[in-house]
Amino acid sequence: MKSENQAIHTVLGADDASILEPWLDEAGAQDAGARRTMQAEATELLRLLRAAVAEGGDPTRLDGPAWAPVQDGLQTLSHARAARGQSAGDTSVFVLALKKPLFQLLQQQMPGDPAALSSALWSVTALVDKLAQRTVTTFQHAREEIIRRQQEELLELSTPVIKLWEGVLAVPMIGVLDSNRTQIVMEALLQKIVDTESGLAIIDITGVPTVDTLVAQHLLKTVSAIRLMGADCIISGIRPQIAQTIVHLGIDLQGINTKATLADALALALTKTGWRITRSPV
Amino acid sequence: MATEPSGTLPIASEQHIVATRQTVRLLCQELKLSLVDQTKMITAASELSRNTLIHGGGGWMRWETLEANGRRGLRLHFEDEGPGIPDLKLALTDGWTSGSGMGLGLPGSKRLVNEFNVDSAPGEGTRVSITKWK
Amino acid sequence: MDRIPILRMGDTLLVTIQVDMQDQTALALQDDLANRIAKTGASGVMIDISALEIVDSFVGRMLTSISGIARILSATTVVVGMQPAVAITLVELGLSLEGVRTALNVERGMELLRRAREEQSLGH
Repeated sequence: MKSENQAIHTVLGADDASILEPWLDEAGAQDAGARRTMQAEATELLRLLRAAVAEGGDPTRLDGPAWAPVQDGLQTLSHARAARGQSAGDTSVFVLALKKPLFQLLQQQMPGDPAALSSALWSVTALVDKLAQRTVTTFQHAREEIIRRQQEELLELSTPVIKLWEGVLAVPMIGVLDSNRTQIVMEALLQKIVDTESGLAIIDITGVPTVDTLVAQHLLKTVSAIRLMGADCIISGIRPQIAQTIVHLGIDLQGINTKATLADALALALTKTGWRITRSPV
Repeated sequence: MATEPSGTLPIASEQHIVATRQTVRLLCQELKLSLVDQTKMITAASELSRNTLIHGGGGWMRWETLEANGRRGLRLHFEDEGPGIPDLKLALTDGWTSGSGMGLGLPGSKRLVNEFNVDSAPGEGTRVSITKWK
Repeated sequence: MDRIPILRMGDTLLVTIQVDMQDQTALALQDDLANRIAKTGASGVMIDISALEIVDSFVGRMLTSISGIARILSATTVVVGMQPAVAITLVELGLSLEGVRTALNVERGMELLRRAREEQSLGH
């Protein structure tokens, strides 16, 4: 083991209290509860660091196999903090605060050798910097992942598949129809068609602001998929302006039934599925 | 075994096309891709491995699992030392409803994946790679 | 090479595809069906693909061919049980399965064949 690594190994081997307490003080928890959480995080990170160095991990390179548990630990830490709504800054402050107790311990351990001390300090600083860097990167990914998932959930919520009648499903599309939303609608709608054995799906586009060639393509893809499975489709909520745009752009609706209102579409759907409605005086 | 981060499969017979599909399925499952994404990737692999066999005179598929920017992915390379694609530009032309059996079905496969690259020229074999990210 | 079995139920031939077929197997099925339709004078063919997780262009073309061949031999073909992921993938691939009739499940498929049979007998 190189001498710098030896220094890191020795300094990490100091007793828990002399590392953890100054670390937590430096990181600055807001209250007792936060400090307790931080203490758990610090204890775990320290444990992983000691294990990695004991494995012979080279502190100048965090990508070796000995460091994998530390990488995972840092990722877990980032994700947990991202989920708690903390910032990347908070997380790196926490990790960087580890330098203080380690520096102090090194000074105590190497009182008479400034050259060795200086070299050991550099190793420790380089290592802790890398750890902090790693948390920041994974933090960003974690935040992006959370936002992406929230967007997806929102998207799913905004396109519910409703059972209108026995064998008739309806999907009210609201907002811009892009490929992402089309994917989600297709998957949800097709699965519901299978689950409910519905022969007919009404796609209502009252809430879709514009229909251009691209939007039409997305709609047509959805309809094709429905027909491929053996069900049929009606597109409703076609405003007069949209009808004009469709004709103007020369979009071929390939024989899909279209209706101006959801009510009309439902009436057609019932007829197509063999229902007859009669009315008696109340 | 498909738990390796990379590997190679020969494509020299029809059974190999089936084996390719099965291997790609295992790789997609390990990556925990959604069912639709799995289906798309396996289907694209089926198309491209058939091309390798029929048009390329046989070749191989190389796979590698990727990690970049915190995301995991799967990249498949379909390679042969066959005659090469005579008119690459034409082969990549998008005709939305094809399926007549003519051509290589490259535009269709391209739509099934996140990244698509083809490198081929007459007399220089063909190399197609596709990537799907989690 | 496995051969996909073809069952007969009255006027209808039933095929259930449950294995990941080799290309040869698909071609053999096409052959076998053509022969069976001609031999039995069946008016309907039902192909159940509810167990198929992958339908690529080869299988797609096979289904289209079977449909066309059956039609020439005066039989109607219906493909049932397509999985949603398969439908989505086929659309993205650009395969429309032109001329292939589909139904959600076996029950509806039989209904479709029954109606087709009736229409045919009226037309003659």
